[in-house]
Amino acid sequence: MSEQHEHTHHIVSPKVYVVILLALCVGTALTVWASFLELGPWNPVVALAIATTKAMLVVLFFMGVKYSTKLTKLTVISGIFTFMALIGMTLADYMSRAWGRW
Amino acid sequence: MSDSPAIVHGAPTEAGHSHGEHPAYQRHHFETVEQQADATNFAMWLFLLTEVMFFGGLFCAYLIYRNWYYPAFVSASHQLDVRWGTANTFALIFSSFTMAMGVWCAEMKKKGGLVLCLSLTFLLGMVFLGIKTIEYHEKWEKHHIPGIRYSMQSFLNPASDEAAAAYGDKPLPLDMARHTEIYFFLYFAMTGMHALHMIIGIAILGYMIIRARAGAYTTGHVTFVENFGLYWHFVDIIWIYLFALLYLISRHP
Repeated sequence: MSEQHEHTHHIVSPKVYVVILLALCVGTALTVWASFLELGPWNPVVALAIATTKAMLVVLFFMGVKYSTKLTKLTVISGIFTFMALIGMTLADYMSRAWGRW
Repeated sequence: MSDSPAIVHGAPTEAGHSHGEHPAYQRHHFETVEQQADATNFAMWLFLLTEVMFFGGLFCAYLIYRNWYYPAFVSASHQLDVRWGTANTFALIFSSFTMAMGVWCAEMKKKGGLVLCLSLTFLLGMVFLGIKTIEYHEKWEKHHIPGIRYSMQSFLNPASDEAAAAYGDKPLPLDMARHTEIYFFLYFAMTGMHALHMIIGIAILGYMIIRARAGAYTTGHVTFVENFGLYWHFVDIIWIYLFALLYLISRHP
């Protein structure tokens, strides 16, 4: 171990943070604007798509997952997976039983 | 290993290892500083996973009730002021930015910058809670807090309610109007839990500001600031979804 490593992680430049901040502000403005449009069933889809894009930016850059170890990446992905399993399996259960007859 | 007092202090002197070889903040059960940082980072993410599942249960309940009682959720969501919600979203996004900059300052060993960034994050967190207080107070005044004093007036007779009239809400039948209480229950449960996380975060920020002023975190040991940053960003992500789901269900008349 001859190499000098002061930091295990990559130091993200403030420029990246500024760009992400601006992107998050644009996303917020966009989602508020979209909610005033009549898009029928697409309203929640658009709102969640924008929210997920914003969340991805926060996770990848502010939380530094893009520059992190494989272990951290795997942990984040498994978190998303268990969350999707929670939502997916619960909804599958509700929708396949008494949906519309509550 | 022997029962020598050296064990108690965790200094494996037998291994011919002296304290000069690693920074003072490296615990002895870690081989290297990197291993210590990676392990702590992993532990923080595991904690955040438990938080994801905790809030996940609330989101799941929201999703099911929203699908069942959609008209009640639309009418009830019109009682939230989208301007306050938007202002709070911007407050949290900016606080996430100042927090990220705080971590950068700690990494670059800039003490003044770190104290400034943490203080701005603290301030923006307080702004968020201040706005939330105004919103909660409004719900209190309109009897929109679930419980014995809950009033369905705004939903049975929307013409009598300024916010409902502005969106041209139709009167809800009594059984559907009753379900607006579920919306507000979820609203208070979810934003309340989120606000509790904010309060805990702000308390830790206060502690960190005092420590940072005394010179902590800018000596190369940034783990605490970094992991607190993860927590703060996580709380921001929860709000991004809460804003989209609670405020923006349907804003078109």
